[in-house]
Amino acid sequence: MSVFIIRRLLQSIVVIWVMSLLVFGGVYLIGDPIDMLINPEADQEDIEAAIRALGLDKPIHEQYWYFLANALKGDLGKSFIFSEPALQLILARAPATMELAIVASLMSIMLGIPLGMWAGLKPDSIAGKSIMTGSILGFSLPSFWVGILFIMLFAVMLGVLPAGGRGPTTEFLGLQVSFLSAKGLSHILLPAVNLALFKLSLVIRLSRAGTQEVIHQDYIKFARAKGLSERRIILVHVLKNILIPVVTVIGLEFGSVIAFAVVTETVFAWPGMGKLIIESIDQLDRPVIVAYLMIIVFMFIVINLLVDILYSILDPRVRLQDIRA
Amino acid sequence: MSVAMNEGSAPGAAAVRDETPLRRFISDFCESKIAIAGVLGVLLIAIIAIFAPWLSPTNPYDLATVDIMDSRLSPGKQMMSGVTAFLGTDGMGRDMLSAMFYGLRISLGVGVASGFVALCIGVCVGLAAAYFGGRVDMLIMRVVDLQLSFPAILIALILLATLGKGVDKIVIALIVVQWAYFARTVRATAMVERHKEYIEAATCLALSHRRIVFRHLLPNCLPPLIVVGTVQVASAIALEATLSFLGIGLPVTEPSLGLLISNGFEYMLSGKYWISIYPGLALLFTIVSINLVGDRLRDVLNPRLQR
Repeated sequence: MSVFIIRRLLQSIVVIWVMSLLVFGGVYLIGDPIDMLINPEADQEDIEAAIRALGLDKPIHEQYWYFLANALKGDLGKSFIFSEPALQLILARAPATMELAIVASLMSIMLGIPLGMWAGLKPDSIAGKSIMTGSILGFSLPSFWVGILFIMLFAVMLGVLPAGGRGPTTEFLGLQVSFLSAKGLSHILLPAVNLALFKLSLVIRLSRAGTQEVIHQDYIKFARAKGLSERRIILVHVLKNILIPVVTVIGLEFGSVIAFAVVTETVFAWPGMGKLIIESIDQLDRPVIVAYLMIIVFMFIVINLLVDILYSILDPRVRLQDIRA
Repeated sequence: MSVAMNEGSAPGAAAVRDETPLRRFISDFCESKIAIAGVLGVLLIAIIAIFAPWLSPTNPYDLATVDIMDSRLSPGKQMMSGVTAFLGTDGMGRDMLSAMFYGLRISLGVGVASGFVALCIGVCVGLAAAYFGGRVDMLIMRVVDLQLSFPAILIALILLATLGKGVDKIVIALIVVQWAYFARTVRATAMVERHKEYIEAATCLALSHRRIVFRHLLPNCLPPLIVVGTVQVASAIALEATLSFLGIGLPVTEPSLGLLISNGFEYMLSGKYWISIYPGLALLFTIVSINLVGDRLRDVLNPRLQR
């Protein structure tokens, strides 16, 4: 077990190191670092001072060490636009993204499991068929376009929900959140549904497949023979058994929800990390771009590592396979 | 493909004498009406994309004919030049229908080109992993697994954030995103095929590695590759549209469907729906058509479902 964790930990460190090389290579070697890292509005004197301060007059390998040493200290440069440390800027936007991702994930579970079970219990009914058709659409519709349709339908034509922004936030455990006030809820509803759509389709498929498998098991037949009500069989015996794989997959997919939040946040002007990175790319705010890329990769590696460790605890086969390899 | 079809040939109920594998494949494929609709859709898209300059009513990028007075006309209105804009015009006064024809051309071109290059790279890498095994296999599959543990959009975002905008950049990003899927598919199939007798026979004949891999192993790995290739082209088109919508994909001089949707987005709130909705419908039609064909190919080419 500990061998497995140490091995995975070392792998993760190697990946982060390779990422730092890639980002460094991308920003410092492919482009002109002076152009990218120094405010284009600075005058000649400032530019020279900045070149010295950033160590751009030194050879490449020394520059890389400089970048790495600063990054390890948590210094990823200052934003040109906001003149704030890039790291702080991104972390300040993180709660908004997290809230959106968590609400979307919960939504896909809460809606997806009942719908998927319905489709699994009555696969030939009209409802069951339309749920499955809906889930195919959820997979193939580009999510940004669905977001646009939502805005057109609910904000422009019906005028019942706001088209974008986060609305007023309430303080909760020291963080600013939207979901506690009615106004905030109306702001988070559309983006969260939009972000949840893809995962919703996934959950529907998983719970449908799970239900169809479980329903033919002996313990369900036994429960029926015992004379339990159909409601109790479905809500207790079937639900419990399909819950484990579904919740595992949603946990695994949480990282990709955060990644896809970039699209949803841009469509709905949701002030999270994803919107920040797109604005920064647009305004060539390189320090923020570098910081975002390093943070998101770090976050992904942590999520992947946790998932792998969790899996190796739940399923000993994974662990054994890795030790043999 | 014909080699692969011979492999799992089952005694069909309707045993026609002169039935070739290709003919059987086509008749199997056509059993599903919805798949035929998909093929027709794909053909329509391909024709529009190839012949866009001749099919579109106006040339939306000829500055001499585009009139700013025509901007934001609603669908069905007549433009200054006398041509009817069936789907309206955009903010610059370009006919939406023509812009969509040209946009489809760019979207499809980017999707197919990146899919094809990714297929070539993925096939070579995957075959190498399966054929040589051992260290090579382990190293390649580590990289593939690692890459597939990140969502495609994130990898594309990382690449485009460091490389910048441009047609070449987005094609590179799409190739990097896709090659791993091909490599994994071809490796999985080749691992099974490698131990079959015909490969052993070829080895006994002392054929060169290259000949065995490309003339014997590769043709037998084709069916799953065709399926993955179809699905990947659809997802590449969707990803390109998403990235272009975010403003980090194609430059404004190469307006794909995604960019057209993005341009229309700013007029959305004032109720000018057509600038954004119609390119979106075209995108949806494209993706769904390709996916329908892909789904059917998966069913027909899957030996386990062989009737």
